Amino acid sequence: MKFSGTDSYVATEDLNVAVNAAITLERPLLVKGEPGTGKTVLAHEIAKALSRPLITWHIKSTTKAQQGLYEYDAVSRLRDSQLGDARVQDVRNYIHKGKLWEAFTAPERPVLLIDEVDKADIEFPNDLLLELDRMEFYVYETRETVQAVNRPVVIITSNNEKELPDAFLRRCFFHYIRFPDRETMQQIVDVHFPGIQKELVREALNIFYDIRETPGLKKKPSTSELLDWLKLLMVEDIPPDALRSKDSSKLIPPLHGALLKNEQDVHLFERLAFIARRERGGN
Amino acid sequence: MFINFFLELRQAKVPASLREYLTLLEAMREGVADHKVEDFYFLSRACLVKDERNLDKFDRVFGKCFNGLEFLSEETTAEIPEEWLRKLAEKVLTEDEKKMIEALGGWEKLMETLKKRLEEQKGRHQGGSKWIGTAGTSPFGAYGYNPEGVRIGQDKSRNRRAVKVWDKREYRNLDDTVELGTRNIKVALRRLRQFARDGAELELDLPDTIRSTANNAGYLDLKMVPERRNKVKVLLLFDIGGSMDDHIRVCEELFSAARTEFKHMEFFYFHNCLYEKLWKDNRRRHSEFLPTWDVLHKYGHDYKVIFVGDATMSPYEIVYPGGSVEHWNEEAGQAWLQRVTTIYPKVAWLNPVPEKYWEHTPSIQVIRQLMTDRMYPLTLGGLERAMRELSR
Repeated sequence: MKFSGTDSYVATEDLNVAVNAAITLERPLLVKGEPGTGKTVLAHEIAKALSRPLITWHIKSTTKAQQGLYEYDAVSRLRDSQLGDARVQDVRNYIHKGKLWEAFTAPERPVLLIDEVDKADIEFPNDLLLELDRMEFYVYETRETVQAVNRPVVIITSNNEKELPDAFLRRCFFHYIRFPDRETMQQIVDVHFPGIQKELVREALNIFYDIRETPGLKKKPSTSELLDWLKLLMVEDIPPDALRSKDSSKLIPPLHGALLKNEQDVHLFERLAFIARRERGGN
Repeated sequence: MFINFFLELRQAKVPASLREYLTLLEAMREGVADHKVEDFYFLSRACLVKDERNLDKFDRVFGKCFNGLEFLSEETTAEIPEEWLRKLAEKVLTEDEKKMIEALGGWEKLMETLKKRLEEQKGRHQGGSKWIGTAGTSPFGAYGYNPEGVRIGQDKSRNRRAVKVWDKREYRNLDDTVELGTRNIKVALRRLRQFARDGAELELDLPDTIRSTANNAGYLDLKMVPERRNKVKVLLLFDIGGSMDDHIRVCEELFSAARTEFKHMEFFYFHNCLYEKLWKDNRRRHSEFLPTWDVLHKYGHDYKVIFVGDATMSPYEIVYPGGSVEHWNEEAGQAWLQRVTTIYPKVAWLNPVPEKYWEHTPSIQVIRQLMTDRMYPLTLGGLERAMRELSR
């Protein structure tokens, strides 16, 4: 089982090493990086590459660690008991399996994605320490221990909104997805749009990296935004020349809404483009 | 095997633990990183670094520890270009050192020992990792081949990399002493959260409901609790204008981060030092202002006060009545600052001026004393320290 990217995902060499380390040593892999650099997609692609089932657990601010293991539906048991339902005798009927339980007991070694772990409460990762380390947990209601049949490949993503506890970090491999350089970006675009005009991509990438380098942007456009924009450009059938035209009345690139997500950024970019044009005019 | 490297990392304040080091060794044994120095770099990075802020430190240590060390693949260990080594040695070694080589039994002997040493090392490191260590047991290291960047067993193909990955230092920006963005500030400010259940009872308290229902012989008895809320209250006082103009961007970021992070946040502006007036709109500061006394009376002592200012002025502006550059102040700035520190137990001063320059500015020293040392640089690290102090 070796991961080396897929035909729809360009993985850099360092990412491959980190993923393979996590697969071989059966430890979780923590992935961080700018939004839109393909953290969540990574888990999907690993599952696809290894042809394993993918189990995703999306974390929200209200998610509790216990919900990943199991939940005991006390309220319906209470209701059933008052209605005299026979099911009430067995507590197992009211235990709902969580994502971790599902992953531990899957017949085939699955890929488990714990998405945006930083959204949850600060204590959340600590509550999962033992479960992720030993891959087992205890169900108090039925007094049984659930143990992983096959240790799943665990991918954890974080957006850095909260710091993760050291004890948790020590148990993981860590990878920081850097913003792709031009060469990698070209590969990524090729993978997503195989038939796209080379000319268009070149001009689009020029503009894209120009925008990213604009000082003072509130939100820099990311890979996923570039891909959206390219898709739009293709759908609208915009010729590469339109992107290149330096002195046209259009100051900012066509369909910029896909790249700049904030009206202050659009204003800033317009202003800078205006200044740039005036300087060129002066020369 | 890489214990020196590990210790160097610890010394450079990369918080790698023994457990992580063992994980790295385990991964090496499993052959995750085979045959390539980059793979080893990537693997050790994934094992030992858990925070992108430390990536740059890691790169530096890696570069230092493995400087000039290149991977020896199987083909190259078989044939060490003797001519080449000899020529280099002549260039690099001093006369004395050459004599020492003679003493060891001459050049041929040395080469033989080197070959043998390489063989031995190959035998010792199993699982595909064939490094020549940095330890000083080999007589070859002592003659300074490596420090000068002379590599043993290197052939041309190894030169294809103009710059090594770790020498690019691509993660420099993530070091927490450098960058400060709104998002990072928010993370730092989050330390100040204080949750408490307060107000109307809106949430179902399930454990309590079950308990009291059981006590109630099985008849439902609903129990409610109030929602958890962030209770922390913050009073932000910004120095504005003058020498603070250089720091506008960072203050803006701090302000916008603080605004979304705290529900109970009040802010006021002052100029250079705190006097009897504060204002909320800098353009109308002369017509619309609030007496500082009112502010101090209005916001209770449970507020945490954060000053943001460079504290760079003439010491007279702090110490003497009438010292202000803008108006006649009846009481010295010092008196006002002392009032704040007595009313509010939790006070911190954030200073955008880098910490290393503080001791050269007398007014910074004075204010730092007035704040009883609770002055922190306006960097991520400083902000964290300040938040820790405030939430203590």
